[in-house]
This record gives sequence, structure tokens and C-alpha cells, in this order.
Amino acid sequence: MSKTIDINLVRHVGKLSRIELTDEQVQTFAGQLASILEYFDKLQELDTEDAEPMAHAVQLHNVFGDDEPACSLRPDEALANAPQRDGDFFKVPKVIGDS
Amino acid sequence: MDEILSLSALELRDKIAAREISAVEATQGYLDAIEKTEPQVGAFTQVLAERAQERAGEVDKRLAAGHDAGPLAGVPMAVKDNLATPFGRTTCSSKMLAEFRAPYCATAVEKLEAAGAVILGKTNMDEFAMGSSTETSHHAPTRNPWDTARVPGGSSGGSAAAVAARLCAAALGSDTGGSIRQPAALCGVVGFKPTYGRVSRFGLVAFGSSLDQIGPMTRDVSDCALLTNVISGHDPKDSTSVPAEPPDCLAEIDQPIENLRIGLPAEFFSDALDDEINASIRQAVEVYRSAGARIVEVSLPHSRVDRDADGKLSSYAVACYYIVAMAEASSNLARYDGVHYGHRTAEKTSDIVELYSRSRAEGFGEEVKRRIMLGTYTLSAGYYDAYYNKAMKVRRLIKNDFDAAFESCDVLLCPTTPTTAFALGEKTDDPLTMYMADIYTISVNLAGLPGISIPAGLSKAGLPIGMQIVGPALSESAVLRVARSYEAAGGASRLMPQLLKG
Repeated sequence: MSKTIDINLVRHVGKLSRIELTDEQVQTFAGQLASILEYFDKLQELDTEDAEPMAHAVQLHNVFGDDEPACSLRPDEALANAPQRDGDFFKVPKVIGDS
Repeated sequence: MDEILSLSALELRDKIAAREISAVEATQGYLDAIEKTEPQVGAFTQVLAERAQERAGEVDKRLAAGHDAGPLAGVPMAVKDNLATPFGRTTCSSKMLAEFRAPYCATAVEKLEAAGAVILGKTNMDEFAMGSSTETSHHAPTRNPWDTARVPGGSSGGSAAAVAARLCAAALGSDTGGSIRQPAALCGVVGFKPTYGRVSRFGLVAFGSSLDQIGPMTRDVSDCALLTNVISGHDPKDSTSVPAEPPDCLAEIDQPIENLRIGLPAEFFSDALDDEINASIRQAVEVYRSAGARIVEVSLPHSRVDRDADGKLSSYAVACYYIVAMAEASSNLARYDGVHYGHRTAEKTSDIVELYSRSRAEGFGEEVKRRIMLGTYTLSAGYYDAYYNKAMKVRRLIKNDFDAAFESCDVLLCPTTPTTAFALGEKTDDPLTMYMADIYTISVNLAGLPGISIPAGLSKAGLPIGMQIVGPALSESAVLRVARSYEAAGGASRLMPQLLKG
């Protein structure tokens, strides 16, 4: 496992995370993320061969609700916080090109 | 100080129910206190005075008509700003949600109001509950009422400071890795994280979904039991809430603890533990021995707290916790896209990905970005096994340690924090050092257990020291009883911070 997070990797993770980064942030984060990841590597000292991965503290499976119709948010409520809307739609920049 | 402010929530409720004090007077008493003291503390993101007075008036009307107004009738409270409320804004102390108005109410808040509580406002926090000092808040940091140059802890620092400074009778916080217990310890109040699933998370803005839990922050243990009663219980709106009937914690609170076995985890009392905090807990151990409890030594090897060669704190549990919490956070916070709600960049963007990326860059603070990026990285192809999967396995080992410990004891007694309140700005440049502030609390979240922090005296510098009591899953009543036993034996409670002594 690589402990050196280079700036290209930080840029790549920024892209995956959908967060634009300034050059200065890339530099700062590279150092900080590297030291945190290095700390995470401490877990490699532990033998976990026989440990069942635990995703959750409560063992509940297949929780079903009653099949009863109920109201969900009305369009007006759902759209009330939209940064931009057009009637009953959320408005975003054009996604598909002209050609 | 004003009589209203000096009463516990329970005492105030009784006086309001007996109509010795009106709910409107109680609310006004706290609103006046907020006006006077809040500028020095900064505990709130919003104070909702008008609505609070209206609600208080309704409580008085119910009482005047001879109706029962509920177990929290007229009690002025505050709730952390990551709890969705259909009144005011729900900001998570983030620029991302600065104007967000939730279309629904968190179940825990709904239960408070149904019980007659009056919500005074929403409290400040680390942005999206990511932090241990309330300094990552987009608003401004909250200050510790014991020393305003120090942090109140976090992420529920606003709730802790508000309770300590008598800006509300009680509050709700949320705890993902210690975010109720650590600020409670640093502000000298009681803070309780119930068992994962005991309190519905519906309407709690998600951070680490397998770890998050809502809980009360109060001035004494009885108030804590009262609030636990009110907010607990299964909720069809949260499929991870436990379908078990919660106990009446308040009714059982003064039962004797004779012959109860209290376990001291050896790994928490290592050389790494601060001397003054150690001394406070040892003194509490003697109090428990006198009350007839049996003290046993137990072991939590995978939660061991050490100091490395440079004197820095270290624990497997911290590494495990941050991998799990950041992975979950990176998924949960993907919803902030600048489209459906929340901040959207004002700049013109040429495509949708640019819109997402720029809106998120502008809307999130540095710590939130760090965690999203680390979570994204540890979940990414090629690293998943080394980080996330490894952490899930270590989480199992941590949980197994607790299971084994509870075979020889009923509850655990341990420190809440490695230090008392630290100075503002002291740890902000070094994220990893900040993460160690939760070193004694995070394994409890990983295992999903109930844990409470109660005041255990003051340090020589006059700062509160907290101690933590942890029980097996769903043992809320026992945990509160053990906490109450120490308090009743003369332990620290209802501590008055320096700020109010003038």
C-alpha cells in the first residue's frame, strides 16, 4: 500500500469526490491525507484472519414496513429548497451537448 | 441567579405543572439569559424566540384547562442543528445548508414537543458533526463557558455549552464517535449516547449511519433519564431502530447498585492516561466501592490507548473508527449536489459535473472535504480491502472485546477524554491530533453500546473532568443508575461554570 499520496492522486480523489480543489488545497491535502492514511495502516499490525467483517452494530435483517399507501412530500415541498427550479422541475445546466 | 435558571429540567417541569411558574415565564427567563450570555458563548446557530413563546403559551393554556401537558411541560430546550425541524433552518453549521428549511421533523424533536418541551433554538456544531471542538462550524466557534479561550468540545459543542451556561434547561446532541460525551465532559454536564437504534435517527442529518445516535445533554443524571424516556423507542421511519420496548429509566434511577460489577478496562488506564483524570476516576471507584459495587478489572485489547515515541496518543480503535466513519460520510454526503437543495455555485458552469464540483467546493469546509476525500479513497477499487474491509474486521474484534468484558462485569467505568478542554486553535492545524480527542469514546460507537459521560470534578486549573460509564446493548437503565449513584453520593453535578460566577 502506498503511503505517499502524490498531488496527482489528490486531484484524482478530488474528481471522484466531485470537489474542485485549488492548487494550494491539493498541496495541503496531500500532506494531511498521507499522514492520516499512514495512521490507518496501523490496523495492518492486527491479525483479522478469523474476524467476520462487521458493518453494523445491530443485527436486524429484512425490516419490512406494512404495505399501506401513505403520502410522500408534495412537489411544492420537495422543490421548496431547490436552488433553481422551473415549474415542477429542478433546473440544471445543459447535460447533453448540441451536436 | 434567577430561580428558573437554577432548576433542573425535572424540577422546572414540576413547578410548571403545579402552576407555580408559567411556561411563558420559564421560556422568557431563558430567552433573557440567552440575550445576556449568548454573545460570549455562541452556542446557538438560531434562537427561535417568537415560536418558543407561542409554544410556551400553548402549554400554559393546556395546564389552565386542567390537561396534562406532558413529561416535559414547558421545559425550554435546545436541539443540535443537524436535527431536522420544520421550523427555522437546519444548517448542520455548514454553508452548504445555510438556508435549508427541512420539510419534516426529526422523530426525536417531535417527541420532545409532544412531551411539552419548548424548543428555544438550534445549537452550533462542527460542520456536519465532523470535529471534536465545534471549530469547524461555518458560523463561528462556540466557546467553553468555563474558559472562553477554550473549546467546548464537539461536535455537539453548542448543546453542551448551552446546558452548562444555563441557556437552556436541557438539550439534544448527536454522537457518532463521542460527539455528545466528549463536549459534555469538557463543559461539565451530563451527556448520554444511548444504544445504537434505541432512539430513531429519522431526521438526523446522516454522517456515519452505522454509528450516529441522538441523545440528551443535561445538568444532572435524572434529567438525562427523563429525556431518554421521552426520545427512546422504535420508529417505523427508521428501519435500524430497535423494536424493543424501552425501560422507564427515571423510575429505576435510584435503585441501589449493591453487588453490581463495575469493570475497569486496563487498556484505558494505561500510562497514556492523564494523571488528574485518572485521580478523579480512582476517587469515583472508591465512591462505588462504598456503595457496595464490586470492582473488577477487564480487558479491551483492541481499544488500547497508547502513547507513541513522540508522546502522541494512539489506538487501533481510532484508525478503525475514522476509516468506517469517513467511508460512510463520503457516501452520505454525495447527496449535496447543488441541485435538489443546499448551496449552488453562483458561477456559470458548463456542465453538470462542474456544477456539482464547484458547488461542493464552495459549500463544504476543509474538514468535511478531507473526510469525503479519504472516504472516497478508502472505498475505491484497489484500496477497499486494505482499508474499509480491514476496518470492518477490526470493528468485529473491538465488539468481541466488549462482549467478553461484559461476561465478568455489568458496566464499564472509564475516562471520557484524554484531556480537559483545550485552547481554541490548538489542534486545528493537525487533523490527526484532533481525532485523538475521541480516543476513549469511539469504540463505544463501533460496538453500538450505550455510554454516558458525567462530571467527575474539576482539574487544578478549574476545568471539568468527565468520566464515562458504558453498558451492554440496551442497558440504558443500568448505565443511568450507576451514573446517578455517583451523583447521589455527592459527586459533581449541576456545576456552575466560571462565566456565570462573573
